[in-house]
Amino acid sequence: MATPIPEKTLGERLRDHGLSRRGFLKLCAATASMMALPASMVPRIAAALEQARRPSVIWLSFQECTGCTESLTRSHAPTLEDLILKMVSLDYHHTLQAAAGEAAEEARLQAMEANAGEYLVIVDGSIPGPDANPGFSTVAGQSNYDILMETVEHAAAVIAVGTCAAFGGLPQARPNPTGAMSVMDLVKDKPVINVSGCPPVPMVITGVLAHYLTFGRLPDLDAYGRPMAFFGQSIHDRCYRRPFYDKGLFAESFDDQGAKEGWCLYRLGCKGPTTYNACATMKWNGGTSWPIESGHPCLGCSEPSFWDGGGFYEPVSVPLTANAGTLLTAGAVGAVVGGGSAALAKHGVKKADAERQPVTIDELEQTQ
Amino acid sequence: MSDLDRIIPETRAAKNCARSPRDFGNALPVLNEIRHALERLVETGEETRIDLSGMPFGPGDLDRLTAWLGKGEVTATVEALGPTQIQETAIPGVWLVDYRSGEGQRLTLHLEIAPVPELLRPQPRDLAEALTLLDARLEEDQGTPPESS
Repeated sequence: MATPIPEKTLGERLRDHGLSRRGFLKLCAATASMMALPASMVPRIAAALEQARRPSVIWLSFQECTGCTESLTRSHAPTLEDLILKMVSLDYHHTLQAAAGEAAEEARLQAMEANAGEYLVIVDGSIPGPDANPGFSTVAGQSNYDILMETVEHAAAVIAVGTCAAFGGLPQARPNPTGAMSVMDLVKDKPVINVSGCPPVPMVITGVLAHYLTFGRLPDLDAYGRPMAFFGQSIHDRCYRRPFYDKGLFAESFDDQGAKEGWCLYRLGCKGPTTYNACATMKWNGGTSWPIESGHPCLGCSEPSFWDGGGFYEPVSVPLTANAGTLLTAGAVGAVVGGGSAALAKHGVKKADAERQPVTIDELEQTQ
Repeated sequence: MSDLDRIIPETRAAKNCARSPRDFGNALPVLNEIRHALERLVETGEETRIDLSGMPFGPGDLDRLTAWLGKGEVTATVEALGPTQIQETAIPGVWLVDYRSGEGQRLTLHLEIAPVPELLRPQPRDLAEALTLLDARLEEDQGTPPESS
């Protein structure tokens, strides 16, 4: 299954498959769309992809539900078949490969040796850390941690797909029984790109691969290691229901008049204001719709610790007694009379945090 | 239903789900962007592409935009990597280019503000190979290489 680095460029390979130059231009238009790049970039993308070579990709699945792979295999642009056969050389993937047992593991080792320093590793699922019981999750008798560290040693970069791989996800939710850790917690000496989401938007996964193919480098990342092109703006800022938020028109329950009129879902627990993802523009199921368009609040699934972030149907909240004024006053007094008051204020913040209550827009405005 | 009509019905379904047309949304800003692009095309010849699939459209927005732009005289289909439907809008120089996969799923939807959409033009490398291709056919038919001028 493992192959040496192909000699042919992507353009040559595609023409060998009978793809015309117009077809190639169309592929580039779809690729630009996937990468959230302006359509005016299509000619540049075409020139770059024409000369690109297929990278070897090793896909590792750890503590996961296979939802991320499902998301990708339901991707329509391009189809997974196109992606595998024409854009990357997928040399190892538990769920999709025909080989099993020792032959499968041998394929991974061969791909690593043949493409040392150049292959990409995609990881979905979190990993029981080095201090956890290695038996919590194993493949071929090897712990997830050992497989990950062995595979990334000579990789060019690692793409952590899904919130479990990117931030620990559900396995890491309290009380984290398996000692689950994210890829970036463990891999410190290689570039790690986080494509978070539960599951991630399929076109974002392929978009990152397409970006690597097109430009030969990894995309610009945000503070959480996520590609800016897809995670640069909040759901709230790109939401078509935003005008209702600005006008103060909110659905208060799932069957009230506001919900029927399509008003803002903030008070029903929408995490759009604190969530960064591409759902509002790329949507789901082939661009059909997305949760907010279907009348459901955003759960914030692409953010760290979203499972432990409180109820899905509670509004994004702030501690009522820990407003900016309280903190400033506590800080000023603390500077004068010592640390006692500051410690007291800290205690207040902690207590408020523990007793976190939902707030209304009016209350928020009054506390500012 | 013609293939070209597929651009519209997909958005009708979204409109039905949305219960009723709304007087808000992101269609109007795109219309203004088209106006600026058209101005550039007229004054400097600069062409523009707008990726409509990257817009934060709500239910009915795309429907409203395509209704505003209307239908022009020219329609075309390109069969390469699945069908691509090209439709001139009622505004000359503004084209809707609907890229579909072989299974009919939309890959992306572009607006091109240009005299002729890029996909309809022969690609430069294809043109370079055109003479060789024609010569080969002439040779096959006549048995001798064609004379060059």
